[in-house]
Amino acid sequence: MTDRPALLALEDGTFFTGRACGVMGESIGEVVFNTSMTGYQEVLSDPSYAGQIVTMTMPHIGNYGVNGADMESRGVFAAGLVVREMSELASNWRAEETMEAFLERHNVIAMEGVDTRRLTRHIREAGAMRAVISTEDLDPSSLAVKAAASPGLVGRDLVAEVGVCEAYRWGSEDSEGRIPVDTGILPVSPAYRVVAFDSGIKYNICRNLAEAGCDVVVVPPDTPSAKVMEYEPDGVFLANGPGDPAAVDYLYGTLRELIGSVPVFGICLGHQMLSLAVGCETYKLKYGHRGGNQPVKNLLTGRVEITSQNHGFCVDFGSIGPLIEEESGGLDHDPADIGAWASAGVAPVVRSERFGRVQLTHANLNDMTTEGIRLLDASAFSVQYHPEAAPGPQDSRYLFDAFTSMMDGRDDYLKECGCPVVTT
Amino acid sequence: MSRRDDIAKILVIGSGPIIIGQACEFDYSGAQACKVLREDGYEVVLVNSNPATIMTDPELAHRTYVEPVTPEFVTKVIERERPQALLPTLGGQTGLNCAVALAECGVLDEHRVELIGAKLDVIKKGEDRKLFAEAMGRIGLDVPRSGYAYTLREAEDLARDLGFPAVVRPSFTLGGAGGGIAYNIEELRDIVTGGLALSPIGEVLIEESVIGWKEFEMEVMRDRKDNSVIVCSIENFDAMGVHTGDSITVAPAQTLTDREYQAMRNASLDIMREIGVETGGSNVQFAVDPITGRLVVIEMNPRVSRSSALASKATGFPIAKFAAKLAVGYTLDEIPNDITKKTPACFEPSIDYTVVKVPRWAFEKFPGTDITLTTKMKSVGEVMAIGRTFAEALGKAMRSLENGRAGLGADGHDVFDENKFDAMLATPTERRPYYIAEAFRRGRSVEEVHHLTHVDRWFLGQMRRAVEVETELAVEVEGASPAKDGPDEAVVRTTVEVDGLSILDAGRMRRAKQHGLSDPQIAYLIGSTEIEVRKRRLDLGVKPTFKAVDTCAAEFAAATPYNYKTYEEEDEVVSSAKPKVMILGAGPNRIGQGIEFDYCCVHAAYAFSDLGYETIMVNCNPETVSTDYDTSDRLYFEPLTFEDVMDIVEAESPEGVVVTFGGQTPLKLAHALEDADVPIMGTSPEAIDLAEDRRRFAEVLERLDIASPAAGTAKTHSEAVEVARRIGFPLLVRPSYVLGGRGMVIAYNEDYLERYMAEAAEISPEHPVLLDRFLEGAIEVDVDAVCDTESVYVGGVMEHIEEAGIHSGDSACCIPPFSLGEDTVERIVGHTRALALELGVCGLINIQFAVKDQSVYVLEVNPRASRTVPFVSKATGVALAKIAAEVMAGRKLVEMGLPPEGRDLGRFCVKEAVMPFGRFPGSDSVLGPEMKSTGEVMGVAADFPAAYAKSQLAIDYSLPKGGAAFISVCDRDKRAIMPVAKHLHTLGFELLSTRGTARTLRAAGVPVTEVLKVHEGRPNIVDAMKNGEVKLVINTPFGQETRSDGYHIRAAAIRYGITNITTLPAANAVVHAIEAACGDGRLEVVALQDFGGGLK
Repeated sequence: MTDRPALLALEDGTFFTGRACGVMGESIGEVVFNTSMTGYQEVLSDPSYAGQIVTMTMPHIGNYGVNGADMESRGVFAAGLVVREMSELASNWRAEETMEAFLERHNVIAMEGVDTRRLTRHIREAGAMRAVISTEDLDPSSLAVKAAASPGLVGRDLVAEVGVCEAYRWGSEDSEGRIPVDTGILPVSPAYRVVAFDSGIKYNICRNLAEAGCDVVVVPPDTPSAKVMEYEPDGVFLANGPGDPAAVDYLYGTLRELIGSVPVFGICLGHQMLSLAVGCETYKLKYGHRGGNQPVKNLLTGRVEITSQNHGFCVDFGSIGPLIEEESGGLDHDPADIGAWASAGVAPVVRSERFGRVQLTHANLNDMTTEGIRLLDASAFSVQYHPEAAPGPQDSRYLFDAFTSMMDGRDDYLKECGCPVVTT
Repeated sequence: MSRRDDIAKILVIGSGPIIIGQACEFDYSGAQACKVLREDGYEVVLVNSNPATIMTDPELAHRTYVEPVTPEFVTKVIERERPQALLPTLGGQTGLNCAVALAECGVLDEHRVELIGAKLDVIKKGEDRKLFAEAMGRIGLDVPRSGYAYTLREAEDLARDLGFPAVVRPSFTLGGAGGGIAYNIEELRDIVTGGLALSPIGEVLIEESVIGWKEFEMEVMRDRKDNSVIVCSIENFDAMGVHTGDSITVAPAQTLTDREYQAMRNASLDIMREIGVETGGSNVQFAVDPITGRLVVIEMNPRVSRSSALASKATGFPIAKFAAKLAVGYTLDEIPNDITKKTPACFEPSIDYTVVKVPRWAFEKFPGTDITLTTKMKSVGEVMAIGRTFAEALGKAMRSLENGRAGLGADGHDVFDENKFDAMLATPTERRPYYIAEAFRRGRSVEEVHHLTHVDRWFLGQMRRAVEVETELAVEVEGASPAKDGPDEAVVRTTVEVDGLSILDAGRMRRAKQHGLSDPQIAYLIGSTEIEVRKRRLDLGVKPTFKAVDTCAAEFAAATPYNYKTYEEEDEVVSSAKPKVMILGAGPNRIGQGIEFDYCCVHAAYAFSDLGYETIMVNCNPETVSTDYDTSDRLYFEPLTFEDVMDIVEAESPEGVVVTFGGQTPLKLAHALEDADVPIMGTSPEAIDLAEDRRRFAEVLERLDIASPAAGTAKTHSEAVEVARRIGFPLLVRPSYVLGGRGMVIAYNEDYLERYMAEAAEISPEHPVLLDRFLEGAIEVDVDAVCDTESVYVGGVMEHIEEAGIHSGDSACCIPPFSLGEDTVERIVGHTRALALELGVCGLINIQFAVKDQSVYVLEVNPRASRTVPFVSKATGVALAKIAAEVMAGRKLVEMGLPPEGRDLGRFCVKEAVMPFGRFPGSDSVLGPEMKSTGEVMGVAADFPAAYAKSQLAIDYSLPKGGAAFISVCDRDKRAIMPVAKHLHTLGFELLSTRGTARTLRAAGVPVTEVLKVHEGRPNIVDAMKNGEVKLVINTPFGQETRSDGYHIRAAAIRYGITNITTLPAANAVVHAIEAACGDGRLEVVALQDFGGGLK
């Protein structure tokens, strides 16, 4: 085995040496860590990682190889991959190729032999930051300068880069003539027509929507509201996606026009879009939530879901508007004090200037951040985490049924299907 | 908070003695549960017959009953204590079975005791394969095709239908006992016959074989609000067909895609819900077809298990502790994560390292038994190792095993059977991992090895890579190649010694360490020494780093220092400025070194902590309390080798290292550590040596005028014969190097001695044989004491029931002595004091004496913690290990206000050994100088027979109250058996005997029926046993008879669960115990906390 040296340098001058295990080259991005122990393929093919260099905390990566059915999009969007040890061998009955071949095919720069725990601890303490991964320039200071000079994620709209250019129907060819290998179970007679904005949508969202009985039309992120309404949708879906949500003003602008006229469900960036639409502020987390073990409490049922997460920005529930005490269990906690509401087991309601009452529905029990909201005066709800999982636990799949339930016109959609039992 | 306030008093059932399949993991779980319930304000009542447990320490529960874990005795405890709830899920299968029995016979209803943690119907659904399979069907999960049989005929029909190989699983037996894989109809008949007999309901399951499939386990927790989490996934290295307790296992699972992992996760949660496990931890086992991915559910345990202990240690998530909290009403989101302190327990640990568990077997103790690993668990212990990668963790685990190996081969001890090399790859045995590594050294491919072993290609690929790293080390050294054993190669190695080491660069050195190679392995591969390699390694700057086990892959800061060693860039351990004591643990459980030593280490940690020291624990046994991160201030989960211990010493700079609590494992490091200037606490290694050096110790004895049996050492065969003639027979013969798995024997004549030396022992100047005069018929006595170099406190004098010649670990013993005269005891105590002071002991000392014809002889002196320390401490209420630790820290015994030695305790405490013979068919069950027991129980009562009766009942030996007793004794015992037989007759037993013994009994006027010996024709005694006509067997062997009548009788007794006694003193004790058990009110239960006043 010939070693091809590789270097990862952070904007603060910290650097990590290792060996190249993908293609040769150089790439710039924000370096983040993901704590999922399975699902490296799904992570790499999740468009939300655009502009990011991902390090996996699981030391062994590539063990079970790669297969077509587990792709979450048409390609790899992450800017680079950093691991402790890349498996040369793919061992699984579904494996179609090794990670090495996959990285080569998708032109991904990757390195192994890195003390990824040191990197993770550094990110935890110093925050997610800009970095360069290179197999060409092996001078740490030169790379650190490049990292510091790079644009970073704040204020950047990456959605436009990852979304499709033309609409397509899930299960048929996309605008570029490709059909996902695994479309899931398509409904024989779909009960709902759903228009999904592709801000970087993961295939498993479409699979889950289809399984819930939806006929899904995926549209480009800049599709105007009038165009959306032409599909006569029963509901509109807002997907996950990369970058700074605040920079995607056209999408939440469109959303403002749709709220009230059609039921809306948002995931991740989609949740941030709904929050921004109702006048909420977003902020960047120090190092984000990326992994498959985050506890989220549904404040309407008291149940805790173990969730799959991938976000660097977060919404500030307290910034939406004043608390409506009488609808918040008579408590007068600060609406921004999520911990207080979570331990009281109460879902507080605040007043948004534009759309009326907004309720906090889900809270993250690790750091007490906002994980879900719903509008009480319009049909719309959203969660910060990933009920479609892939990778991660599937405790929250009920949210897709909640969406159809909402489209059926029910108010108790989030409460009534609180049972996360799923057997695949 | 949703704590249940309607319950005040909770009964916790422990798992009883350590047996194969149920080891000290249940002490770890139970101790955690007792602690957490007590802290929460509940009154805890505990029943556990095992005195060597931390959970039975009087501080852990409010009321501690060291009583048999049987429905009969637990009922007595319930009647006396009137608890409102019973927590049955922490005491293993024993505890669960006992709880089920109590529920079914109505005792719980009658006394309004609620089962918490798991309800009766849940336990039944989880345990009863039939109900379980139905439940799986309801939730759409696949199970192997199967059917139940109650007769041999039914079993044969089923097997023909399902095809061979077929799996046989008797219902409701421990650790799969009595089960097996039948490859043909003949094997099927054999296994089914045994299985039907073993199953308490006479039922066996015949199942489609999934041998060769991948095996996985999921550890699940659920609370009453249905919050459910997977704590850990475990992938077995060995494919299906090997009991999971006998498999190498790896956490987390390595070869599942997220889809497959989530399918397994969903299935696990669905199973929890369908079975109805309301709160607590469960374990679910799956098999996956490696070709199609078909997922089948194998079984689930609705309780804390061996795997859950492993999962707790592997992740830092304390399952048992939380299970206890959940059982009293808390929900997962209300419990904080112990390690991060900031995040809740309602999450799924993410781990950024690899954990490997390797079982430890003891086949050498059971010659004649089949060493193939099957669905019946045979291992006696296990080690766990943590590394960043699988190769690193595997290498560490392999050197943790305490089997004389320095890793996965390549250490100069590799021996392969060339004629059966591929067969050894294809057959799962404890040697297979070495064959796999060797196969790669010989250039075999991953495919080939996979085809033979069914081990997943990924694991094999990692092992192959580690072997490549080995070869890189060796090959690039000019002229040196990995030498095979033999004098020629040894010469070659010395000549290249200097070169090998100096050519080794930092890159290759680091790579070797990252792939789990130990310093001794590297030394062997390049022809150097461990010390030189270590020096070179440190000179090259290849230093280890320490990382934390934090449940969250570094996402949050960890508040609890639980560490492992690896070779990375960043070291996370920040050593504090406080004075530190480092305690070296006992390593894996094995026969001769079990939970007792862990108990001592834990007590030492508590004591040093109380004295203001920061305590550092080093151990590699995941089953123990010592490796609970709560036990010490810092925990290093590391092998107990010189290299690994030194690395921690260098990271922590402790004031002292304690080597005398963990048995042989740390003790054998004492010298090397001292030579490396590591401060050793307590008794000096020099004094330890003095006690072990026969020549110098003989001088000590002479000086003190203390007698010992005549002894000699022989370096050649002729010398041995000379020594034997000088000392006289019988002789206790101990080779210092053992061949063919045979250790000590008693030789009664020259003929046998010569035969034994030729066949079983290597004898050479390097490996001398030790010969001691064997004191036939002597009473053996054990003493545990503490010495502070100025005075001695004798903790307890234990009189053995079995006479000298039976290993003290296998002999029952009693505190106080029941037959020794006061002056004899006084002399024993006097000798103990003199020896402890003369040796300069600072800490614990154990001395074995033999008393024969009023003379007291010293057999052995061990200036360290002994197996009996926990028993003595429980029996007398004086925590000897704690006192010893204080002494080592400089306190004096006179300051401690200890209760008077030898005071009248007002009770008799009997310790009885638990034998694993049922697990090793083919091996003889006779007791001898080689220890074979796995654990112990204690019985407490006002008189000796009653205490002995309790100890027998605690092991599940039935004390028959009548029926037929078969007596056949050797000539030596004929005279002494008469009163025993008479006593049995008086108690109403019908006596059966073979001709010789019958003649003796008739002569004594005892009515007896004569039966045929096995070789005399049929029907014979074994037929009578098989027909269930015999309730008690007394059969004493003489000398070295093998495969004799006695062997067949003992084998039948074990197979059919007939109480079987092989020594005369035990026969005597059992007969008195039977009388005690029949008497009214003699077997009352008593709590340790009530010991003060005595029982009389």
